[in-house]
Amino acid sequence: MVSSLGGAGALAAPPFAAAQGASDAHGIRFDDVSVAYGEQVVLESLTLAVKPGEIVALIGPSGSGKTTALRAVAGFVRPARGRIFIGTRDVTDLAPHARNIGMVVQNYALFPHMRAEENVAFGLRARGAAADLIRERVPECLRMVGMAQYARRYPRELSGGQQQRVAIARALAIRPQVLLLDEPLSALDAQIRRSMLDELAKLHRDLPSLTVLYVTHDQTEALTLADHIGIMRDGKLVAFGDAQSLYRNPPNRFAAEFLGRANLLPVARLATTAAGLARVAFGDVALTARNHHGLADGSDCLLCVRPHDIRLGAAAAGDNALSGTVKSVLWQGDLQSVELDVAGHALRLTCAPMHDVPEPGAALALSFSAVEATLVPESAARG
Amino acid sequence: MAELALAIPRRAPPRGTGLWIAPPVLVLAALFLYPLALILRQGLGGDAGALSLAHFGTVLASTEFHHALKNTLVIATTSTIGCLVLGFALSVLLAFTPVPGGRVLARLIDTFIALPTFLVALSFTFIYGSAGILNGSLMQALHVTEPPVDFLYSQWGVILSEITVYTPFVMRPLLAAFSLIEPAQIEVAGSLGARPLRIVTKIILPAALPALVAGGSLCLLLTVNEFGIVLFIGAKDVITLPLLIYDKAIQQFDYTSACVIAVVNVALSLGLYSLYRFVIAYSGGRRAGLV
Repeated sequence: MVSSLGGAGALAAPPFAAAQGASDAHGIRFDDVSVAYGEQVVLESLTLAVKPGEIVALIGPSGSGKTTALRAVAGFVRPARGRIFIGTRDVTDLAPHARNIGMVVQNYALFPHMRAEENVAFGLRARGAAADLIRERVPECLRMVGMAQYARRYPRELSGGQQQRVAIARALAIRPQVLLLDEPLSALDAQIRRSMLDELAKLHRDLPSLTVLYVTHDQTEALTLADHIGIMRDGKLVAFGDAQSLYRNPPNRFAAEFLGRANLLPVARLATTAAGLARVAFGDVALTARNHHGLADGSDCLLCVRPHDIRLGAAAAGDNALSGTVKSVLWQGDLQSVELDVAGHALRLTCAPMHDVPEPGAALALSFSAVEATLVPESAARG
Repeated sequence: MAELALAIPRRAPPRGTGLWIAPPVLVLAALFLYPLALILRQGLGGDAGALSLAHFGTVLASTEFHHALKNTLVIATTSTIGCLVLGFALSVLLAFTPVPGGRVLARLIDTFIALPTFLVALSFTFIYGSAGILNGSLMQALHVTEPPVDFLYSQWGVILSEITVYTPFVMRPLLAAFSLIEPAQIEVAGSLGARPLRIVTKIILPAALPALVAGGSLCLLLTVNEFGIVLFIGAKDVITLPLLIYDKAIQQFDYTSACVIAVVNVALSLGLYSLYRFVIAYSGGRRAGLV
């Protein structure tokens, strides 16, 4: 019985972390996957690989296809085209129960008539696990998420954060080959969300071989947890890369704007200067930025600079200098956000709270380092 | 908490409330309680008028009463079980599987509830009756002179008709309950390795239990008191309590026996209704954390 329940010793007895060894790690691979509801294509030609043991976050606005991609891995939607692999196994045509996945959803989806421990045991029982194993595994998983003392409670007796922990324990109890997280923190309030985010990061440190596909619309969650981030729009993957490089070198306008609300100034590329740097013209002003994407000389492109990389005051030697007019200043507690008009273009900078807050209409000198700005192609194609 | 509850003084009803309640109580008494009292009085007093339990003793000891009671309970229980099984299966199919036209079918259930019960019995005589479509076709195909399908004019004909008529009474609350189950629960159960049967028994059934109990209890109540179907089928030897009351009162003019049986029938109905309320309060209340 056990041997047919997902393979890879899914119900074997060793302690949890030990059982999640490197040999058990399985990646996820989308191979040209498209999903359509009738005539409407909601996921178009997705090709993406999640390496064993890594966390990949899919982010994007509502309706971008990120949840559809996750549901396709779970087996809840059937691709119209393409194949999905978990490890080396083609799971495209397998029923959800045969895929050996763990899944956590936004609204927890705990079974309301079962206590926390019964919820956690559900997957093990469904797979015909021995009673001894269930008795051992359930408290272990509840301990892992800090819910051991709430084992006998019903979901209605738990807070949102506690319910989500139980849902995670339930997903982990079956020792899934991959863990699918569908906006798992969206229903929690900000404080608990931050705390749960830390705990998810810790959980992955404890279970380094667990492959996670994480769907969210929250860039902070993605940047905090993910090794790689995929940005989706209108059913297409428009950007994919490791979190830091995607943030620092967004491949297109949408990626730059969606991940970190970058400032984008239209510039014309003039010439290559030092290694990896290029001179560009922003109106009459010459600026220097990194040319990570190797844009050709003379092409129109966008200069991307993050709000926190812009400084108020005169430029130091070698830095880019601009001047702008203050449109508004917003105090956000630990940050001050200043909206400026620079040669007819909106620019936003964030800085530590100021003592002398500039008034709207005041002229300010701005600067940013060449290495903190990057050139982005104007087209929306995936970079 | 209890002390706190005790410390809070009960709000006195506004003055004059009793006057507002009086008219509906009087109407209820005149239309419902008084006729019931007359039935009870007739059962106890008979035509002579002296109150005694003698008539009850005689009627309750009679074989025909025992047969009628047994038939009533067997038909009602079997029909209710049939309604529950069929209603649950159909509701699960309609609610959780992409059946073409399922939504229209679900709407039709409401229409079905509105139809008179004897209509199904009548339609069954056209289909399964001695000269019905089924028997006519079979007799022609098999070259036989006697109808090969001969269950309609028996207890099974009544049960089949009642299942057909009352299954929507189970499906309506079940479909309402199913609409409250989060689809994500079913998806997560599937992702955890549960096959459809386990999902139905471990996730859907517990969530729908109060609705199932409510629908089943209602079916039991209605089938215990069903008269039209039994009369219309006209099955030989299938006499239920309502039919026996009709027989005694209308055909034999034995009103005293009819009233005695009616009192038993009312007691049976009220007993079942009390059980229904108790089970609903218990199952629903416990799920809501109230019991």
